[in-house]
Amino acid sequence: MLKILKYSFYDLMRSRWSYVYFLFYLLLGVVLLFLNNDLSKAVITLMNVIIILVPLIGTIFGVMYYYNSREFTELLLAQPVKRSSIFLGQYFGVATSLAMSLVIGLGLPFVFYGIFNSSAIWDFTLLLITGGFLTFIFTALAFVIALSNENKIKGFGYAILLWLFMAVIYDGIFLMSLLYFEDYPLDKFSLIATMLNPVDLSRVLILLKLDISALLGYTGAVFQKFFGTSFGLLLSFAMLIVWVVVPTFFIWRIAKRKDF
Amino acid sequence: MKNKHHIFFLLLILFSSANLWSKTITVCSTCPVKSIQEGVLQAADGDTVLVKKGIYKEANIKIDKSITLIGEDMPTIDGEEKGEIITIGTDNVTLDGFRIINVGVSYTTDYAAVRVVNSTGFLIQNLELEKLFFGIYLQKSNDGKVLNNKVRGEAVTEFNSGNAIHLWYCKNVEVTGNDVQKVRDGIYLEFSDNITITNNLSKNNVRYGLHFMFSNDNRVINNVFETNGAGIALMFSKFMEVEHNIIQKNWGTAAYGLLLKEVNDANIKNNLFLENTVGITVEGSNRLEYSNNDFTSNGYAIKVKGACYENQVINNNFLYNSFDISYNGRINNNKFDGNYWSDYTGYDLNKNGIGDVAYRPVKLFSYIVNRTPETIILMRSLFIDIIDFSEKVSPVFTPDDLMDENPRMKKIAHDRN
Repeated sequence: MLKILKYSFYDLMRSRWSYVYFLFYLLLGVVLLFLNNDLSKAVITLMNVIIILVPLIGTIFGVMYYYNSREFTELLLAQPVKRSSIFLGQYFGVATSLAMSLVIGLGLPFVFYGIFNSSAIWDFTLLLITGGFLTFIFTALAFVIALSNENKIKGFGYAILLWLFMAVIYDGIFLMSLLYFEDYPLDKFSLIATMLNPVDLSRVLILLKLDISALLGYTGAVFQKFFGTSFGLLLSFAMLIVWVVVPTFFIWRIAKRKDF
Repeated sequence: MKNKHHIFFLLLILFSSANLWSKTITVCSTCPVKSIQEGVLQAADGDTVLVKKGIYKEANIKIDKSITLIGEDMPTIDGEEKGEIITIGTDNVTLDGFRIINVGVSYTTDYAAVRVVNSTGFLIQNLELEKLFFGIYLQKSNDGKVLNNKVRGEAVTEFNSGNAIHLWYCKNVEVTGNDVQKVRDGIYLEFSDNITITNNLSKNNVRYGLHFMFSNDNRVINNVFETNGAGIALMFSKFMEVEHNIIQKNWGTAAYGLLLKEVNDANIKNNLFLENTVGITVEGSNRLEYSNNDFTSNGYAIKVKGACYENQVINNNFLYNSFDISYNGRINNNKFDGNYWSDYTGYDLNKNGIGDVAYRPVKLFSYIVNRTPETIILMRSLFIDIIDFSEKVSPVFTPDDLMDENPRMKKIAHDRN
């Protein structure tokens, strides 16, 4: 598996898309810092970008890579290699290279700007960690979708739909249910609903670390009390890990049974 | 008969000259008069008691004559936490230049460093108060001045701390140039009318920078309120003027810059609200005029909680606030006109500096949050941006007459002095 991971990884590192992705984040970081001149505000803007763009790019890139490398996959399947290691290797190769582009692309401008001497270092680290998690989660989901759909168009459609659901529709349903059940105590419900969606969870985790959390008022205080404890933080990271592990397990299971 | 008249005149001249040649009593550790209380006892109306530099461990100093009590080189009066330190109980007393420390804390009596009771014409200036419970407590006293005092408290919680400058049933008092920090309320007024509060700095207070209860016709001009629990709280008061103040950095889940509760006929002009969680919270307040203010980088610029009618919001700058206006209810007869909104995206074809499309300052999300506070957790979600946009295009939920017909294209340059 490691060998295939390495191969996929190097293959992607050489590909143009990784550079474009890397340069995009580099440019974003530089522009934000020079226009804003304020680290914590730059972190807020970055958060907006990360919770929307990272899942989108993870999904699209994952699906695209799987369909594009199909011939190479078939070639590999003819060799005496375990199936799970082929697909898992490819998945980890894609996700790692995407996460690396993100971390290095955003990290470089901030390092040069002096993030290490700033109090925003923890917010920024959290931002990168959640960004990394989101990449792994959405690439895995994209692989699951691509593996279970032979039809490319269908696969892309489902992948976009998945992103749309997580980033937009979920919040819509969430909001509707909050409004519908407004006569009931909603603290626990909103906590659980937030925990269940990795995009929302990342957003809330970062928001609570910033000054802006004071705007969240009473609800914010409930969330702060939960996520402020090490138990809450551990639980939310556990949740993110579950979101990585479950789709990875599905990749492994589908790949094992799949006919080519 | 004539003789009697002569004696009367002689006596009159004698008395008046005694008054003219009022004496000065000096108090110091090596003088014949060693304590301030003794100096006050020896003085007559119109005398001056001059206190030299040193530490005087005294409490419960009663001033019941119209004297001038002056400290030379800031002598310290240490109350040793025995309770009240100076009590002024008569008219025309001047207190100038002391450092007063260690007022006793009590849960039943409001001990103060300086208390003025039923007096007029007092002047309290250049005091430095530290380790206090209440600072300067004016009680049923009129026509006086409180100038250039410095108060440094150590307040942590509301219930065991007092106010720096406290006015209760007072009229025509001038409070100017004071610097009050780390107490419960910086300046507190209850049932006090015609008070002028200018050029004060109120900072890091546990509760409010300035607090009005049932006080009418007061002026608050050129003050700075910074990092308090809340900047200014105006409650149950009428005919107020709040002008040229800087209200900033009152940040926290329950913090705000200016609270207006049941306030009628007030003018709020030329103030700067910078980085407050909520710039102004209004509830049940009518006929107010908000003009020429700057609301910059607040969470909410103005949060209207309800029952506010015939208010005018004119010529203000709303810059980079998360929410410009939060409003509940669908009826609006408040007027928004000629403001600059940094979120405005309209155009100005005839180049008259006024946007051609009206601006609606209430976002759908702020309306939803007002209805169901838990929804705030969706802040900065993509879905919220989408519904805000669609509501902006065609308002369904927010009051459709709540809009600025003449939004400005450029930031208004207000005079700030």
